[in-house]
Amino acid sequence: MLSKRIIPCLDVRDGKLTKGIKFKGNVDIGDPVETAARYYEEGADELVFYDITASHEKRDIMIETVRKVAERIFIPFSVGGGIRTVEDMREVLLAGAEKISINSAAVKNPDLISMGAEIFGSQCIVLGMDVLRVSISEKIPSGYEIVINGGRAHTGIDALEWAKNGENLGAGEICLNSIDADGTKDGYELELSRLISSNVKIPVIASGGAGTPTHLFDVLSEDKADAALIASMTHYGTYTIREIKTYLHERKIKVRMNW
Amino acid sequence: MIAIIDYNAGNLTSVKRALDFLGQKSVITSDFSTVVDAERIIFPGVGAAGRAISDLRQRKLDRAILEVFNCDKPILGICLGTQIIMQRSQENNTVCLGLIKGDVKLFSESLSDGQCGRLKVPHMGWNSIRLNKAHPLFDGVDPSSEFYFVHSYYPVPDEQDKILGETSYGIQFASVLISKNLIAMQFHPEKSGRPGLRILDNFCRWNGKGYAE
Repeated sequence: MLSKRIIPCLDVRDGKLTKGIKFKGNVDIGDPVETAARYYEEGADELVFYDITASHEKRDIMIETVRKVAERIFIPFSVGGGIRTVEDMREVLLAGAEKISINSAAVKNPDLISMGAEIFGSQCIVLGMDVLRVSISEKIPSGYEIVINGGRAHTGIDALEWAKNGENLGAGEICLNSIDADGTKDGYELELSRLISSNVKIPVIASGGAGTPTHLFDVLSEDKADAALIASMTHYGTYTIREIKTYLHERKIKVRMNW
Repeated sequence: MIAIIDYNAGNLTSVKRALDFLGQKSVITSDFSTVVDAERIIFPGVGAAGRAISDLRQRKLDRAILEVFNCDKPILGICLGTQIIMQRSQENNTVCLGLIKGDVKLFSESLSDGQCGRLKVPHMGWNSIRLNKAHPLFDGVDPSSEFYFVHSYYPVPDEQDKILGETSYGIQFASVLISKNLIAMQFHPEKSGRPGLRILDNFCRWNGKGYAE
């Protein structure tokens, strides 16, 4: 059977990690390439890079980073942040990323999903969704709204509607980020995950809120998600990937234990 | 020299990077004679079958692959490369190369794991393989290893002896096929970590023959 994926997420600005990452054994690493290699060795199933470089001129630095990562790690990885055109997509894929993640740009221009899927294949296109819990209304029947620009701008788009729309346009996967849960370390937004995952055919990666292995168990059991994004819980050496996977494995969640 | 066949089908550079990492010389090419003259060939690809076959034919690479197959040089098919060596694919209703008899089918929408429910299509992520017999490409690969898959279609060979390995995803499907000097895998060895690299490394040394029965 298919394993559930554990995916560390790395934020990169101007070619450097925004926060130094500390692996157990107190090794401090601020270099995205070294960190990626380390996570690859430690059993990550996939990696996500999020480019938060503000200026478009510095995108070349990110492309160079992607190229170096691709020479060192032989698991899939995706790159998101600042991808606005098909050309941006092509550049990142040619540099060696397996997938590209589009978020605000897809909300502003949904054709970007279909164009990307048509040219590069659906398996390359991850639809990133930033979701905020709101009161149920005629416009937002699910009670979850899509927000963009890092969670600052409301769109009036219902999250469930957008997920189905994204699937129909050709997205191959959804990375579902709860703005409410993000950074809390209190656990994933389970209801949101269940809602989206049970209503689309494509895989869903849950994101936001992971603090302990129990949180991963909660979101990966009963098919609420196909994969779980993690950040601080492994970045600061609180847990290793092996510890998280062992916890899940012992509780009958299928994960890749041999790497 | 290993020829990686370029027919406009997706991420060829990842196969090349893995071979570079292993210190194996390779070239990405769509040139007929480079393919035919290569010591061994890799036939990768992501994308759709219909487009892939028409690109191959346009570049006469279908004939090159057949020629390499007939002169017993090692061939490795990966992902879409594994599907278009079959006779027909349901994807775009495509007539394929026919190196192995059988069809390529779409995973059913009602695919279920028999417990808590519906399985997603594409089959995306890490899954294991049950080998029916030993093969040089899997030398040194731990049987509990998992490999990275991403596909919505799967091969269904007519002849059971063409199936080297099977994978379970709601159904059992043939995830590794063999026919003489040809081996084809539905997963991506270049994206499957250390066990995947081991398979590629084994391929680079393979003489195109299976173990004696």
